[in-house]
Amino acid sequence: MMQLALEVGQTAQPEAIMFWILGPMAVVAALGMLLVKKAVHSAILMAFVMVILAIFYIAQDAVFLGIVQVVVYTGAVMMLFLFILMLVGVDSSDSLTETIAGLRPIAITAAVGFGGLMVSLLGRATLGRQATGLSAANADGNVQGIAKELFSTYVFPFEVVSALLITAAMGAMVLAHHQRTTVRPTQRQLSINRFRGETLASAAGLPGPGVYARHNAVDVPALLPDGTPAPTSVNASLEARGDMLDYKSFDLSEVNTQIVEEK
Amino acid sequence: MTTSSSLVYLIALPLAGAVLLLLGGRRTDKWGHLLGTAMSASSFGVGLYQLMLMLDRPTEQRPVSQKLFEWINVGEFKVDAGLLLDQLSICFVLLITGVGTLIHIYSISYMSHDKDRRRFFAYLNLFIAAMLLLVLGDSYLNLYVGWEGVGLASYLLIGFWNQKPAYATASKKAFVMNRIGDMGLSFAIMIAFATMGTVSFAGVQEHAHHASEAALTGMGIMLLVAAAGKSAQFPLQAWLGDAMAGPTPVSALIHAATMVTAGVYLITRSNFVFDAAPTAQLLVVIVGAITLMFGALIGTAKDDIKKALAASTMSQIGYMILAAGLGPVGYAFAIMHLLTHGFFKAGMFLGAGSVMHGMNDEVNMRKYGALRKFMPITFVTFGLGYLAILGVPPFAGFYSKDMIIETAFNAGGAKGIILGVTTLIGAAITAFYMTRVMILTFTGTKRWDDNAHPHESPWLMWLPMAVLAIGSVSSGYLLSSGGALENWLHPLFDHHAEHEHHLLEPIVVSAMALTMVAIGVAIAFSKYARQEVSSVAPENVSIFTKIARQDLMQDRFNEAVFMRPGQALTTTLVAADEVVIDGAVRGVGQAAMSSGSALRGLQNGYVRSYAALILVGAIALIGAIWVVVQ
Amino acid sequence: MNAANYLYISALLFTIGAVGVVVRRNAIVVFMCIELMLNAANLSFVTFSRINGNLDGQVMAFFTMVVAACEVVVGLAIIVTIYRSRRSASVDDASLLKR
Repeated sequence: MMQLALEVGQTAQPEAIMFWILGPMAVVAALGMLLVKKAVHSAILMAFVMVILAIFYIAQDAVFLGIVQVVVYTGAVMMLFLFILMLVGVDSSDSLTETIAGLRPIAITAAVGFGGLMVSLLGRATLGRQATGLSAANADGNVQGIAKELFSTYVFPFEVVSALLITAAMGAMVLAHHQRTTVRPTQRQLSINRFRGETLASAAGLPGPGVYARHNAVDVPALLPDGTPAPTSVNASLEARGDMLDYKSFDLSEVNTQIVEEK
Repeated sequence: MTTSSSLVYLIALPLAGAVLLLLGGRRTDKWGHLLGTAMSASSFGVGLYQLMLMLDRPTEQRPVSQKLFEWINVGEFKVDAGLLLDQLSICFVLLITGVGTLIHIYSISYMSHDKDRRRFFAYLNLFIAAMLLLVLGDSYLNLYVGWEGVGLASYLLIGFWNQKPAYATASKKAFVMNRIGDMGLSFAIMIAFATMGTVSFAGVQEHAHHASEAALTGMGIMLLVAAAGKSAQFPLQAWLGDAMAGPTPVSALIHAATMVTAGVYLITRSNFVFDAAPTAQLLVVIVGAITLMFGALIGTAKDDIKKALAASTMSQIGYMILAAGLGPVGYAFAIMHLLTHGFFKAGMFLGAGSVMHGMNDEVNMRKYGALRKFMPITFVTFGLGYLAILGVPPFAGFYSKDMIIETAFNAGGAKGIILGVTTLIGAAITAFYMTRVMILTFTGTKRWDDNAHPHESPWLMWLPMAVLAIGSVSSGYLLSSGGALENWLHPLFDHHAEHEHHLLEPIVVSAMALTMVAIGVAIAFSKYARQEVSSVAPENVSIFTKIARQDLMQDRFNEAVFMRPGQALTTTLVAADEVVIDGAVRGVGQAAMSSGSALRGLQNGYVRSYAALILVGAIALIGAIWVVVQ
Repeated sequence: MNAANYLYISALLFTIGAVGVVVRRNAIVVFMCIELMLNAANLSFVTFSRINGNLDGQVMAFFTMVVAACEVVVGLAIIVTIYRSRRSASVDDASLLKR
């Protein structure tokens, strides 16, 4: 008995240390997800939580799942999220002020109640239970064990899920597919439009963003020969995001052109 | 039973006339009255032909039937639309078509100034057809169709001049009161079907022996209600006086000779029911007795000649119902009185119409007087009818009414005495008020207005009156000599209960009746012939006269007992409906709407609030688990 | 160390995810919160697997991952489609049912 307790203590000790470090970090990161303003930051915090979860999986003898978690979630899914964020989310400045009256108090109250009930239920349900451990189940190795389960007991759900995955891929393609309603303009057509449009200003293409010797940046509008800024030279996404810098400080008149001779 | 294929023509001919005239519209105005009369007359011809055929056959084969088509066939409930012509029906057929044809002829002249004469004849033909269906139907359900048909025709004809609101109201009153009777008939049919599984006369007669007496009593009472409604018997008598709003030929045909006797027909036809239900039979007698006194008393106070005659009709039908209620011994006499009454009362109504025709449609007898000189033919025909109704030998009423009085006395025990005395007093009062009518109308001094120019009616009008007068004189003798009608109808009725008990000898009864009649006549003479009659009704009269003038308070009674509480009940129900039922319904709607608009706040279209609700729901679920799993 | 601690942290993460779904307006963040909830459930599965000493829980977590991947693919495609037509990735703007 004493020996058993000792063993549990010994094997548990490093895991407990790991848990009490990583656990709070995961919770803080998850809370941060809710509180940060920018979706990109949320995504990074999310990835952080997922990595911690992967570590938890591995710590609980679920090696295969831990690796899959890193590969699938932090690798594929989170990259997908970031990709979509780049696609749509750059100009969505997500203010945290609530617009639906009374929703936030309800949500917080509900969350407290929900969490409280869950924790209380868990406390009652697992009180006094000792974990069996997976050393027996993982005797042939974790991957082999899961494969055995998947391809014997769960082979039918496995096939169904594969069908689901293919269907989802198809669905995503259908949704993302954009049906053209007009004929795609040819290069020639575009050229004609440029030259025969209302103004010749854009005939040679849009101006590039400002190029200055001292500040080579894509977020500063170019200056036209007469000294006026050309807002169209800055990427529309940067402009929408409010990341366009004021050109005033780079105006020629502001630039200190005094030459100080070096001794 | 013999079958025949020609019975349907009896009904089809007048029905075709009605349809043709109603659908033909104004195009048929020129010859519509001739067509109507011809249809009625040809129906009479078919009736006579059928009578001859019937006389040729031996007694047991006399009834004829014809199946028209299968009407209802639902599970065990089968009704064929079939006709039955037996010894009883043929009497009615001939009375309806015969008197009907005479009245058609009379109406040609009487209605000649009415621009809607064609429509009038269409309705008359419709009535003839419906009445024939009523007496020819071989089941209660077929009878019911005819029963409703005559009700409709009666409604249409009473309200023929419906441009006058009072007349339209009178037709409505008749219709509504008839509905009560119709309800009784439909209940009777339902009882018959529920207890015996059949509604045909033959079927009910066959099963009547096995049926419980309670069911038969119920059916009998319902039949009595039906008869009371149609025949203006107590307590459903109030409509008949107002029904005089219709043209006089209508009063003669429908409200004297034929339709109002349908109740007598119904009771006689249902003899097997009443013979097996003594309680119902007793009620029939009581109703008859009450009505005969009721009508007679009203008749004494009426100054309107048509209403006096209507009261008399009511009273005479009371005699018939009373006779029909006396069982097998009385049926034949009820029918006999019905037939003779058909002659003399129709004749007198036509006479009254003739008088009105000559007097600018004046109906108040106090404005008549001394018309004998101006309308000799009308006077004679009316007088013959008068003698007939009084029961003076050898006129028709003597045979039929005396038979009823005699049968009433012979009913046995206290019942017999009471009924006999009632019928005798009724006879005396009848004598009094009919004499009053005669004196006020035809004798004494003239009391009419200056613009009245009394004159005899054209031959088209007096000819039917003359024919009916001949009937009034001779029909009683013809029908009773050697017990002709009694023997004719004998096979139809169950005579095993007949008792040969005679309380009084026939001659004694006749003597008593004649004495009573003489007393009534004498009183009338002393009151109206020996002294001057005022042309306006005196106001300082006894309370009894006042009551009698108001039809023995029948309308007030109906109003106080049925209408006012009914109105109050309806008003209450309407209020209750408004507040309780509608309130509940509206409340439910209101509740749904207000809860809807309250809940609409939740449906704000924001996915996030829905998600919050899902979260709340999940909490509820977990809370439930938390509570349940201990 | 008691394995139940993982369950507690799983419950906390799930609750945080749920609140995130309700309070955040950016559709992509909402989606990430849903992923967080799924991951919390997965952690529970893995912990149950350890407590019960068999691999069924891990298989279940595996399936959850696959379904979550499907859901992400389709969901993001929907977001892109909505964004293309409405120029917004806010879930509050997609409240057409209200009108």
